[in-house]
Amino acid sequence: MNVLIPSALQSYTGASRVEAEGATLAALLAELDRRYAGIRFRIVDEQDRVRRHIWIFVNGIQVDTLARPLTATDQVNIVQALSGG
Amino acid sequence: MTSSKKSTTDPARTMVLIATRKGAWLFHGDADRTHWRVDGPHFLGHVISHLVLDPRDGRTLLAAAKTGHLGPTVFRSTDHGRSWQEAQQPPAFAKTTDGTGRAVDHTFWLTPGPASQPGVWYAGTSPQGLFRSNDGGITWAPFSSLNDDPEFREWMGSAQDGTPDGPKLHSIIVDPRDAAHLYIAMSGGGVHETLDGGATWHPLIAGLDVVEGFGFDASKPTFHDPHCVRLCPSNPDRLYQQNHCGIYRLDRPANAWVSIGGPLPKNVGDIGFPLVVHPRDADVAWVFPMDGTSVWPRTSPDGKPAVFVTRNAGKTWQRLDSGLPSAQAWWTVKRQAMSADSGDPVGLYFGTTSGELWHSRDEGRSWVLIAQHLPEIYAVETATL
Repeated sequence: MNVLIPSALQSYTGASRVEAEGATLAALLAELDRRYAGIRFRIVDEQDRVRRHIWIFVNGIQVDTLARPLTATDQVNIVQALSGG
Repeated sequence: MTSSKKSTTDPARTMVLIATRKGAWLFHGDADRTHWRVDGPHFLGHVISHLVLDPRDGRTLLAAAKTGHLGPTVFRSTDHGRSWQEAQQPPAFAKTTDGTGRAVDHTFWLTPGPASQPGVWYAGTSPQGLFRSNDGGITWAPFSSLNDDPEFREWMGSAQDGTPDGPKLHSIIVDPRDAAHLYIAMSGGGVHETLDGGATWHPLIAGLDVVEGFGFDASKPTFHDPHCVRLCPSNPDRLYQQNHCGIYRLDRPANAWVSIGGPLPKNVGDIGFPLVVHPRDADVAWVFPMDGTSVWPRTSPDGKPAVFVTRNAGKTWQRLDSGLPSAQAWWTVKRQAMSADSGDPVGLYFGTTSGELWHSRDEGRSWVLIAQHLPEIYAVETATL
């Protein structure tokens, strides 16, 4: 599936979009971390909560659980919340 | 903390390590500590809480980092910042099964272990937790004996307690004579000591005044707010502490702190955050008082910044402000943002909340600017190369 990477995390991926697979959001993030070491902990905390200023959308719908099932055709967008100043 | 690694042929060079709200900078001094070459920014836009060079190898740098959006991490360099690698397992609390466990917001404090334990580092976080690395900062493990202890959790308070950007576990000190003897401080939550490498801890708060005076039980660590604790390298039985309630000294084996801030001028007071000890004279310490009256403006008192020094272990204090602004300077200095080098005379450095880096080559008698217009400075450390 196609994964949109926010600018703050492109130092890990070197690209704004990557192709990756995973049966769930948790599996997808694990795959991303295997390929881009360290990226998962910047997105998700040690209690498996999506960090406060990160949003994850699957096919345009915001999700907040890593258990969300995924299919190969899903579009996953990881974005920075519009926050701070 | 000061590195002592030195070439046998080249004169010693001082490096000043600056951590700021928006990145990190390294300032390389010449042999006279007169001219400085700036290297930076590193990690522009990252919140860098602490940047420390390992005094045991003179080359490993650790940086405690986060950004406004991303989770915290630790970066590591073994070539004085030319290249950086991220920790494989940054400090993180133990995972709980019910999803209510704590998450590290940022690593606040880094302390290299003793010479007898190369590769060992300690980290303090916000929310308050203690972590250890055995491999030079690549992987970190939590101290469950402290982080998950119900009594400690009560003393630590919640994420809403403590300083404006979260409570901090700081001032991690390793006794240079005994690697199993550690001190830590928590804002709030008091000072604590372990004699067995962290398996068991006991509070070290006797003699300290309590936050907001009467009405609180001074025997409870909850009500104690140490700002900065330092051990004297020339006499490891002596500690100094800048506290929410004043300045204190502790001479072990005694367990009761002694207030030593009383002689400071009443219109200045003895509230502040940083405290620096002399590398070779345990009677000498420097502080940077701030306005801790009314709503705690946390500015230089009356807009007139000054360092104060004691040269007799706190019996008397002398104002040191030559070269500093004489009025209308409303910045202050955070707890990690003042440091000493190992030179003779000792060089002092402090970074301000307004992004100025000040330097004294004569133990504080006179001050000059090394840099200005940096982001808010969170930490200043020195190393001798």
